[in-house]
Amino acid sequence: MPEVVLSAHDLVKHYPIKKGVLRRTVGHVKAVDGVSFDLHKGETLGIVGESGCGKSTLGRLLMRLEEPTAGSVVFEGQDWSGASARDTRRLRRDIQIVFQDPYTSLNPRMTVGDIIGEPFEIHPDVVPRAGRRKRVQELLDLVGLNPEHINRYPHQFSGGQRQRIGIARGIALNPKVLVCDEPVSALDVSVQAQVVNLMEQLQDELGLAYVFIAHDLSVVRHISDRVGVMYLGKLAEIGEEDEVYARPTHPYTQALLSAVPVPDPTLRGKREQIVLVGDVPSPANPPSGCRFHTRCWKAQDVCSTDEPELVQRPDGRGSHLSACHFAEVRRVVETTDVSGENPDDRFASPDVSELSDAGAGLGPAGGGESLGSAQAGSTARRAEATNPAPEGADPARLATDDHQDPTR
Amino acid sequence: MTEQSIVEAPPTVDPHDAGEVGEERSLASDAWRAMRRNPLFWVSAVMIAVFVVMAAFPGLFTRTDPTVPVLAEARSRPGDGTWFGRDIQGYDIYARCIYGARASILVGLFTSIGTVLLGGTVGVIAGYVGGWVDSLLSRIGDVFFAIPLLLGAIIFLVSLPDFFNNNYLLIVLKVVLALVVLGWPSLARLMRSSVIQVKPNDYVQAARALGASPGRIIRSHVLPNALAPMIVVATINLGAYIAAEATLSFLGIGLQYPAISWGIDISSAIVGLRTTPHMLFFPGMFLSLAVLAFIMLGDAVRDALDPKSR
Repeated sequence: MPEVVLSAHDLVKHYPIKKGVLRRTVGHVKAVDGVSFDLHKGETLGIVGESGCGKSTLGRLLMRLEEPTAGSVVFEGQDWSGASARDTRRLRRDIQIVFQDPYTSLNPRMTVGDIIGEPFEIHPDVVPRAGRRKRVQELLDLVGLNPEHINRYPHQFSGGQRQRIGIARGIALNPKVLVCDEPVSALDVSVQAQVVNLMEQLQDELGLAYVFIAHDLSVVRHISDRVGVMYLGKLAEIGEEDEVYARPTHPYTQALLSAVPVPDPTLRGKREQIVLVGDVPSPANPPSGCRFHTRCWKAQDVCSTDEPELVQRPDGRGSHLSACHFAEVRRVVETTDVSGENPDDRFASPDVSELSDAGAGLGPAGGGESLGSAQAGSTARRAEATNPAPEGADPARLATDDHQDPTR
Repeated sequence: MTEQSIVEAPPTVDPHDAGEVGEERSLASDAWRAMRRNPLFWVSAVMIAVFVVMAAFPGLFTRTDPTVPVLAEARSRPGDGTWFGRDIQGYDIYARCIYGARASILVGLFTSIGTVLLGGTVGVIAGYVGGWVDSLLSRIGDVFFAIPLLLGAIIFLVSLPDFFNNNYLLIVLKVVLALVVLGWPSLARLMRSSVIQVKPNDYVQAARALGASPGRIIRSHVLPNALAPMIVVATINLGAYIAAEATLSFLGIGLQYPAISWGIDISSAIVGLRTTPHMLFFPGMFLSLAVLAFIMLGDAVRDALDPKSR
């Protein structure tokens, strides 16, 4: 296993709740409450969890945009939380961030060249003054933008292009770690894929390590080597991508995964969906013991009194870190990692008969129950009718339309 | 969003053909373009240009010396040898209106610059630093805000040492000082609120993450994005300060007699309000036009800077 570049030790961030005229502190919002993990060189650590579980706060703590209430962030063996201003500046070169919203993360009054060139002005010793413009153009080229657009302003770009600009700014100083705070959540799906692929490509070329924060389980699975699942400011489970996705042992992870839509109509209605009852408890007043016990179907008395440790627990084939007293594998749904496979050409195939065959086949198999022949026939007809191919649009052209740059 | 959709999504097409290189279009140049199309802007700009030239080179508009009285023709009506007639001292009203522009423009301009610098600085510090600094500065601002403008200016101007009555520029400066001291809190509040609005934006956070110093963040990220409301208000206020100067001069505590100001002329014309209203009308008209011009310019600037109102 490669060396550890960044590690968090019991990171805690509590925000005081102030009330009254005297602004007395009446409580704390425990946004992040004891999170520890290691990030290895060149790997991607995905952090998932629902809204408000502290993912973004964790990212900001790693970046030192917020001071942790307790705990420390160690970068290459050096404790960053106690570093002097000078060391902090130097360390900032090695850890950079990409923000969620490409519409607010770029200064609307600066040109793209100024935005991407700003890191060089703040750290003037990285690139000599004369070479900066050229370096900015190289970066633009690297993230797949036209280097000639260096003098344009952010509002002249689309969301996906803006996110590329944000990434270019993030990698300008050749960091070792890039914290990505929901980098694709604000983009639409086709552009998400482009940006995720770009990030993977950059990782290969530059040897970056990513902390990839997202709420989209599929995106995280696609890009991550390891995945951590957060619930109410704590890690519920963390392990290799396979371990968390195929053999989750924490009930919360299992519930999350069971809610992921499966892109296979034949499985519709067959899989078991775990529906959690109730809302996420307030982080200002988290439940005692295991934080998930209020919504957990496995909860017993011990869960409300003893807080489960995040320790290695058996997952059937091996073991990974999980914070549940009753950790056990539960077959939730068959999901496969398709990141290594060739793209499915089912929806872009020019072959019409093949398409309608596939549609007809769906009827009996997909319904699961015995259909009358008339019904089956109508299903097939409907399938044919929905095929756009014979009249009008040519599927091949449709496919190329999809490939066009979404920017214009 | 599923895994398959990620994989099936089209691979990145060469985005280099994403249109022609195109011209630079900064927000400022967009605003300028929008402003150029606004007739309100051109009307006010021409009027302001005329007033500024009037203030700088009054000799271009009249050869008559505004300080030479012709007592024999005192209170003569417009057209009796002069364009606007003569006032009670026999001064040429037209010449006095022209020469009076200087005081108004100077006071308006200096006061605006002063309030922008003082109020803007205080507002940026309060908004950016926050915490107890913000509380302290805001409360100090509130104290000054609570003093009525005229009452405060009267006390301020009366209590200033005689040193300020030595020459024209010092007299103007005296009025400017009074208006700045009482006028900065409104701009400080405005600036503070827009800085607070800009500060949490991700691009400011990104600059912090890059290790930028607070000075750099304020200079290149916060200020450019927080300045627009202040520019608008400062322009509109310029007109208001011209009116305030005239008010103070009218009351006899602003500019004083040897100096020429529309306010002084309006004040001295009161005696003939019923018999010779032209003595009041012309300086009053010049004052109104000047105030109107700056308020119109402020409106035009606001329309241009705020895309929502376009």
